[in-house]
Amino acid sequence: MANDPEEKQPSASSPSEPSGAKTPAAGGEPASKPPAPPAAPAAPAAKPPAAPGAPAAKPPAAPVPSRPPAPPKEGPVALENDLVKRYKEKFGPAILEAWTDRKQAILVVARELLAEIALYSRDDEKFDWLSDLTAVDWPKRENRFDVVLNMYSFEKNERLRLKAQASADERVPSVQGIWSTANWMEREVYDMFGVVFEGHPDLKRILLPDEWQGFPLRKDYDILTQDTAWVRENLGIESGQ
Amino acid sequence: MPDERIPFATHADHTVLGADEIVLNMGPQHPSTHGVLRVKLRLDGEKVIGSECVIGYLHRGVEKIAEHRSYQQFAPYVDRMDYVAAVSNGLGYCEAVEKLLGAEAPPRARVIRTILTELQRIASHLFWLGTHALDIGALTPLFYCLREREEILKIFEKFCGARLTTHAFRIGGLQYEAYDELEKDVERFCTPFDKRVDEYESLLTENRIWVGRTKGIGILTAKEAIDYGASGPVLRASGVKWDIRKAMPYAAYDQYKFEIPTGKNGDTYDRYIVRMEEMRQSRLICLQAIENIPAGPIMGKVGKVLKPPPGEVYHAIEAPKGELGYYIISDGTTQPYRVRIRPPSLINLEAFDKMIRGHLVADVVAIIGTLDIVLGEVDR
Repeated sequence: MANDPEEKQPSASSPSEPSGAKTPAAGGEPASKPPAPPAAPAAPAAKPPAAPGAPAAKPPAAPVPSRPPAPPKEGPVALENDLVKRYKEKFGPAILEAWTDRKQAILVVARELLAEIALYSRDDEKFDWLSDLTAVDWPKRENRFDVVLNMYSFEKNERLRLKAQASADERVPSVQGIWSTANWMEREVYDMFGVVFEGHPDLKRILLPDEWQGFPLRKDYDILTQDTAWVRENLGIESGQ
Repeated sequence: MPDERIPFATHADHTVLGADEIVLNMGPQHPSTHGVLRVKLRLDGEKVIGSECVIGYLHRGVEKIAEHRSYQQFAPYVDRMDYVAAVSNGLGYCEAVEKLLGAEAPPRARVIRTILTELQRIASHLFWLGTHALDIGALTPLFYCLREREEILKIFEKFCGARLTTHAFRIGGLQYEAYDELEKDVERFCTPFDKRVDEYESLLTENRIWVGRTKGIGILTAKEAIDYGASGPVLRASGVKWDIRKAMPYAAYDQYKFEIPTGKNGDTYDRYIVRMEEMRQSRLICLQAIENIPAGPIMGKVGKVLKPPPGEVYHAIEAPKGELGYYIISDGTTQPYRVRIRPPSLINLEAFDKMIRGHLVADVVAIIGTLDIVLGEVDR
């Protein structure tokens, strides 16, 4: 399993020759490079929307054509493969969206079913390793937070990203019971974003002091903002000093 | 014995603490915690029956800083996370941004990157070995390890002027051309290096005290390692043969032959053996790479102002400590919208509580050492 990159996000370094035939790209990066240039000229020309071409290097653009529903630019492309079908069959409307970005598969799922879908991913789809859990703040959106799970499957050598949206006062089901590693990751998300995980056994701050006020990675938390009261009390200095 | 799943905090409460139990606070200023890690231990005599890691003393908010810097400006910051393996951090970040841009470093740059990153892996493992052995009471290896590490740092210094926080790579390739003697220097270091590893092993591998202090200590089964998200040598020592360099090759790793060493028992001793073998493998990669460094440009076409198309990417590399991942979201401007760094040290440390339960206080330093954590990366 180790050495056969497969669709989606196969070779780590295939960013540029992305869409190119996946497997080949993965196989011999450098090797595949020479052949690429011929097509490359076309790419720079197509600079307008062709994002990859933008500041990109030569070869990247070349492969793009090879993907049938050639996207106008690098970036999100709707995804409809067996994997998504299986998820949709199982969870129906709870799978809100599916797309690939830079050849990496992303599923947006309903927040309420996040834990069930994660469990299904681990046991049935064999995405048994949670490599990362984090969040993103989109303050202008109604559900401002994206909780993002990056999973990896040893068996398939593939990654899959799950996203669930939540507003500031909605709780997100904890996946701590599915992967123990999620314990600290969820604490960090709580610490930095204030997202509350339902069912987490010990949800408290992890990097910041327990009494700290505010959630630093929220977009409305300015980079110079501090909990001035905490700093005065504990460090004996005025904030920013 | 309390239920293992109940978090430590509950036990620390005096009402729950048994009559013959005490809570011991270790760190943050303790030489064996490799920085500012604080561990609260719940003890029954000398036996650890619960623990809680308190981290964050080195938190600098690099993820927040990233949102307020341009892509290039942020690159030097990543060196300050895992500061004993700065080159690897830089490689991961540069490749992630390249992926986001749809750009690619030229072959020459990728091979040079590979050489330096593997040297960095050796340097990181050497530093780990020296300090880990020191913690357990073997003073000698430290001097030998630092002697060899010095040679590697000298190569870095000649290459880019810095030894520790190197900022060796740039988004799109390299800024500096390899200096004339690079191959020779690498060869001069690598050729005798396997003998050096044998030397370290002769000090430890069959040393009765070493074996007694490491065998059967801090066992993590493959299933547990996966459950706890462990990666790198910690995962491999538990018997999971998985290395991102093989599974999802990046840089120029697909061109070289090397083995993935694994352990069987997932104890401290196996992690030691795995890392020793990894140093040998890294040496082989370096020797293969210097044989044929392709000619050509060292910088791809990425432009001066980087504006990746909107979208996101997750890119992970096999850093000396495990999977170092960068999850970057672009909104089409010159500054990243969000940068999430998946730090291998932090997530490996999470298994500490699982590993320490049932062992003695003296094993705490052995287990902290075997996890090979760097607090700069744990806290970011």
